[in-house]
Amino acid sequence: MPSRVIAASYNVSATQVRKAHRPLRRPQLGRFLLIALALLFLGVFLVLPLLAVFVEALAKGVRVYLTAISDPMAWAAVKLTLLVAATAVPLNLVFGVAAAWAIAKFEFRGKSILITLIDLPFAVSPVIAGLIFILIFGTHGWFGGYLRDHHIRVVFAVPGIVLATIFVTFPFIARELIPVMQAQGKDDEETALSLGATGWQTFWRVTLPNIRWGLLYGVLLCNARAKGEFGAVSVVSGHVRGLTNTMPLHVEILYNEYNYTAAFAVASLLALLALVTLAGKSILESRQPELRHAARPPRDRTRRENA
Amino acid sequence: MATPIAAVELKLHKPRRVLPGFGLTLGYTMVYLSLLVLIPLSSVFIRSLGLGWGHFWEIVTAPRVIASLRLSFGASLIAALLNAIFGLVVGWVLVRYTFPFRRLIDAIVDLPFALPTAVAGIALTVLYAPNGWLGAGLMPLGIKVAYTPAGIVVALTFIGLPFVVRTLQPVLEDLDKEVEQAAATLGASAAQGFARVILPALWPAMLTGFALAFARAVGEYGSVIFIAGNMPMKSEIAPLLIVTKLEQYDYAGATAIAVVMLVLSFALMLGINALQNWTLSRHGGR
Repeated sequence: MPSRVIAASYNVSATQVRKAHRPLRRPQLGRFLLIALALLFLGVFLVLPLLAVFVEALAKGVRVYLTAISDPMAWAAVKLTLLVAATAVPLNLVFGVAAAWAIAKFEFRGKSILITLIDLPFAVSPVIAGLIFILIFGTHGWFGGYLRDHHIRVVFAVPGIVLATIFVTFPFIARELIPVMQAQGKDDEETALSLGATGWQTFWRVTLPNIRWGLLYGVLLCNARAKGEFGAVSVVSGHVRGLTNTMPLHVEILYNEYNYTAAFAVASLLALLALVTLAGKSILESRQPELRHAARPPRDRTRRENA
Repeated sequence: MATPIAAVELKLHKPRRVLPGFGLTLGYTMVYLSLLVLIPLSSVFIRSLGLGWGHFWEIVTAPRVIASLRLSFGASLIAALLNAIFGLVVGWVLVRYTFPFRRLIDAIVDLPFALPTAVAGIALTVLYAPNGWLGAGLMPLGIKVAYTPAGIVVALTFIGLPFVVRTLQPVLEDLDKEVEQAAATLGASAAQGFARVILPALWPAMLTGFALAFARAVGEYGSVIFIAGNMPMKSEIAPLLIVTKLEQYDYAGATAIAVVMLVLSFALMLGINALQNWTLSRHGGR
């Protein structure tokens, strides 16, 4: 309503009305400054490092870049990283679905403790995640003697890298699926069962289609972390080039050898993976807006939904 | 005959679980959790028991260990504070204002979750090195970032950035604009409205985001070691000291430091949980 009309109806001057309304209009300058400050902060802290990776990788030209990423040692690292993620992600996926089914569809005592325990790996430094497997499977570890006698290598070999990666990425899929399954409730499943479907049929045909975006979201985040994990893997790897070197570890070795272009070339592949992950994340979030607040602890999210 | 009806009734009244798979899924969850998380984690505590209290105390109170713990927790505190302040600005701008590329910028906030820490580490190091894009500009001002504790704060700020923004965003979206406007019509200035109306509503989420960023920063390793310089007593973080001790086959030393870090981290996690319960009990009934 124009201020003159309001003024007329309340018998006060138009200026007085406009004055009273002024605080409602946010000062344009303040808005501009806040946006500028936010963009400056994000630009310096996020965009510049990302740009630096690609600029450094291509600093000596495309040919040097291509030579660096087609190096056999780099390829061995890529293959190992793919292998580790291809083992760790499906295992955590099966666990995530099982845990979410038990927690979301049933009531039992100690449920909130179980949820806290599933989140536990997030509170553990990656370095400690590596250390625990050395304490168990290392030469002086609990099973060290047995493994030595049977010539089985766990730490400083691929199995140790897989174990450490599973530990670090443990909660990702479960914590995405639990709230999604809780929000779905169990009416659909109960209907399917009452119509004569078996438990497995119900899961494959009713539950899975309902949770597919949440599932994909969890897999996406789990995969990104599994391929990019550094600290935990670094402790258990032993850094044998071509054998126990994942991509992030290979980046470190090249960097420490002052081979910056090669280091950033391999790093640029990981940065591309991060960009693909972010793009996939945005697409899934636009399909299912509830997925957006991934950083929130699941307990908090669930209670908000129940409220 | 009454018996079949009674039987049916009995069946109906028995609190039966309709959905199958409870035993299987909970059993699998417990076994997998125990084998991959609980038993491995317990190894640190069991190993440290073998050290004896005297030896344990001697290790964790060594000047180099104390210095590394102080640095890890101190730098994480500063980084989490920076995240809280700038996270509020970024979250506010993303929720309240419209400007070009807002959705793209919103998506990029999650970059620290997706970018491997080692990549972040070397990228930040070349930026802040004395001859880097930013380092060269700061040099004449007498500010050295790379290879100093300031560099550690920069790396930890990068790592923790999404936590505060992402915990604040939903609260900002829920925040009733009418309450602010009511405050404004009642004569409150923009600053008063912010301090008395908006900030109290955001406070719990900011504290949660701050705590999550802090917890993540304390254990961080990959992004820090490249930029830190790693000088004992000066720029050596606690996770790095664990790695150093392991490389020297000093398992007792590594285990003792790990126990201290784990106990502090778990206490922090319990604190975050308590904080959330407290917040929900205060604001949940709205």
